[in-house]
Amino acid sequence: MHSEKQKHTFEPKIIAFVCTWCTYAGADLAGTSRMQYPSNVRVLKFPCTGRIDPVFILKAFQQGADGVLVSGCHPGDCHYIAGNFHARRRFAVFRKLLEFVGVDLNRLQFSWVSAAEGGKWVEVVTDLTEKVRAMGPMTEFKELAMEEQWSGAIDTPELKEAYNQI
Amino acid sequence: MSRIGVFICHCGENISRTVDVERVAQEVGKLPGVAFSTDYKYMCSDPGQNLLKKAIQDQKLSHIVVAACSPRMHEKTFRKAVEAAGLNPFLCEMANIREHCSWVHENKEEATVKAVEIVGMMVERVKKNRVLPTITVPVTKRALVIGGGIAGIQAALDIADCGHEVILVEREPSIGGHMAQLSETFPTLDCSQCIMTPKMVDVANHPRIKLYTYSEIELVEGYIGNFQVTIKRKARSVNEDTCTGCGVCMEKCPVRKIPNKFDCNLGMRPAIYVPFPQAVPNTPVIDRENCIKFKTGKCGLCQKVCGPGAVDYEQEDSLVVEAVGAIVVATGFDLYTIDEKPKGSAIKGYGEFGHGKIPDVIDGMTFERLASASGPTGGKILRPSDGREPKQIVFIQCIGSRAREKGISYCSKVCCMYTAKHTMLYHHKVHDGQAYVFFMDARTPGKSYDEFWRRSIEEEEAVYIRGMVSRLYQKGDKIVVMGSDIAVGVQVEIEADMVVLATAVQPQKGADLLAQKLGISYDKYNFYSEAHAKLRPVECATAGIYLAGACQGPKDIPETVGQASAAAAKVMTLFSKDKLEREPIVARVKESGCVGCFACKKVCAYGAVEEKEIRDRQGNLIKTVAFVNPGVCAGCGTCQATCPSKCVELDGYTDEQVIAMIEAL
Repeated sequence: MHSEKQKHTFEPKIIAFVCTWCTYAGADLAGTSRMQYPSNVRVLKFPCTGRIDPVFILKAFQQGADGVLVSGCHPGDCHYIAGNFHARRRFAVFRKLLEFVGVDLNRLQFSWVSAAEGGKWVEVVTDLTEKVRAMGPMTEFKELAMEEQWSGAIDTPELKEAYNQI
Repeated sequence: MSRIGVFICHCGENISRTVDVERVAQEVGKLPGVAFSTDYKYMCSDPGQNLLKKAIQDQKLSHIVVAACSPRMHEKTFRKAVEAAGLNPFLCEMANIREHCSWVHENKEEATVKAVEIVGMMVERVKKNRVLPTITVPVTKRALVIGGGIAGIQAALDIADCGHEVILVEREPSIGGHMAQLSETFPTLDCSQCIMTPKMVDVANHPRIKLYTYSEIELVEGYIGNFQVTIKRKARSVNEDTCTGCGVCMEKCPVRKIPNKFDCNLGMRPAIYVPFPQAVPNTPVIDRENCIKFKTGKCGLCQKVCGPGAVDYEQEDSLVVEAVGAIVVATGFDLYTIDEKPKGSAIKGYGEFGHGKIPDVIDGMTFERLASASGPTGGKILRPSDGREPKQIVFIQCIGSRAREKGISYCSKVCCMYTAKHTMLYHHKVHDGQAYVFFMDARTPGKSYDEFWRRSIEEEEAVYIRGMVSRLYQKGDKIVVMGSDIAVGVQVEIEADMVVLATAVQPQKGADLLAQKLGISYDKYNFYSEAHAKLRPVECATAGIYLAGACQGPKDIPETVGQASAAAAKVMTLFSKDKLEREPIVARVKESGCVGCFACKKVCAYGAVEEKEIRDRQGNLIKTVAFVNPGVCAGCGTCQATCPSKCVELDGYTDEQVIAMIEAL
């Protein structure tokens, strides 16, 4: 009963990591074309998808994101020659890892949206939002982060020692 | 402790219509570290910028967030204003609440909440921003122009006349491009060759223009002010320096029946040829695919008859590297070929029009060659099939253009005008002939354009039929054109002698590949994208690369020439300074933590990562670490995401900044 109610009013939090040259510009184009899409997405701009560290995705989930979108230039169109290829490989491996950990991969979307594809941006964002809305909130990582924070697990002597060695 | 100033822009009503800007300013004002927050009608205006500068001084602000449009629009404006007020420009960030918020959401409550979060995110980010010193780099005051059509020629001449060296690269054996193929030009009916060829000669004679014809761009490295371009010079088999252009080789060549591409395959040329008599340079090239010498090893006639001994069968493709500071891309257009379906495209073609099957169904460019005094028929309009003069001619507009279902939704812009010109040329040459035009709309904006179009109807007796053609078929030596006249509401059937299709203007084949080499963006049709549709129409988003002509979108000659001169002006602006300031968004290595694995070096596409030895005072090697050359680094940050010990940092996009943004959510 409770979960049903929650699902009904649930507004997912979507974080998008995008490159500045293609997808950010594509999202700008969606704006200039006055297209409409759900307001759940928050965009973080990077120079290139190559800059996006998988840690950011984990961090986003930890901070309560229910879905994460990573989007950059189409293969071959990278402003920095090959950054998106590195990103593609990195995330192909990272997805496997997340799957192993038990994250529903439907919460994590990778796509290519060019500067001319305002419409595609709207589509991708809307799809992901609706998909995640139907899946309900993602709490595992957030809870884990909370636990860590309060249990003091982060402050073990082993960790301290490792830290001091750096 | 940071004293952050937040400035929320109304953008007239563009933002304030859907975002409660006052509430945003209030909410954001409560965030820790925010010392001042306000909203204003137009932040980018002069009073808006002054408000910002005054607040920085009065409130002793340390960091600035401007919540307004996309940073792609006004980041530079505000960073400049912040700098003028005495702050480091990189302590200013923009929160995009227009393109990413007010324009894409209708619900005011939702949009306001989102705007508060976006601004909050940027507030957390800006706290972690560091003072970045601007990096200055030298500017190589030489320009590269890619494409030797009217756009490239105009840009090259303008830049060279201003005193800078220009390298002009053309893929074909001669410069001139499509304009050299045209017969006469609208709206004045100037002979195209008469206005074009003097400019071509100017290029050839210009002391500061280095011309590479029959050459292609192989590789582009570097960045604004400092590009290294590798150009492939295809083997011409004729030495350009010794050839006098006498043309004896072409006369003696035994291979004579090769369709000449310049004449839209109507005329024939030998295997050693210049595309057209006025070619610049007037040096022939051997078409190795069709040359007997290259096919069988025999013949060699051209070498025997060549007085200066310029024919060289041994010549090979060669690569030259040129250093330039700016690049003008002017690769022009191609016509939509309706009988072949482009690979990977949804275009189904226009099989029903029989182009390529019925010999007297031709495209607009072929008609230009027929009408050209220097064309294969000497300027007589004759049917390619039997050489008779067509007495009834049908022009069909919008073939490919404005047909979403066929994959091209844009208007090719020049067809209405050139078809009007074609009807005039036809009427001038075939006095007893009748021209019909099937059209959807006549689009004639431009100085003296509409008058020109009306003249074709009122004085030159062209019959315009509003409606499209459904089918063409051969009947005896006639072509039956079946169409509809939607103005009258009847079906029309015309027995024509010749049909001219106004096929769509498309980017050159391989335009996408060149864009990938240059690192510039292009749209789904492969037209190159400008940095801003209205305010930066000749610049690419990639700094130092400019656009001219139809490679950006369909354009007529006056527009192309105007844009080429504009691109040249942009290049000259760049060249007016000896040093160029560039964004200090570059990677830096934390040497203490670097373990010397050089994973960063492997992923760096620019070769910016070098190995640096760290030695103690006695000169003993302690370790080898990575070093990023800030002059070469482009700032993509791939190295940072790759570094296993997290010891490379991209200034402006540090982990600290990104994590702060994520945590703000």
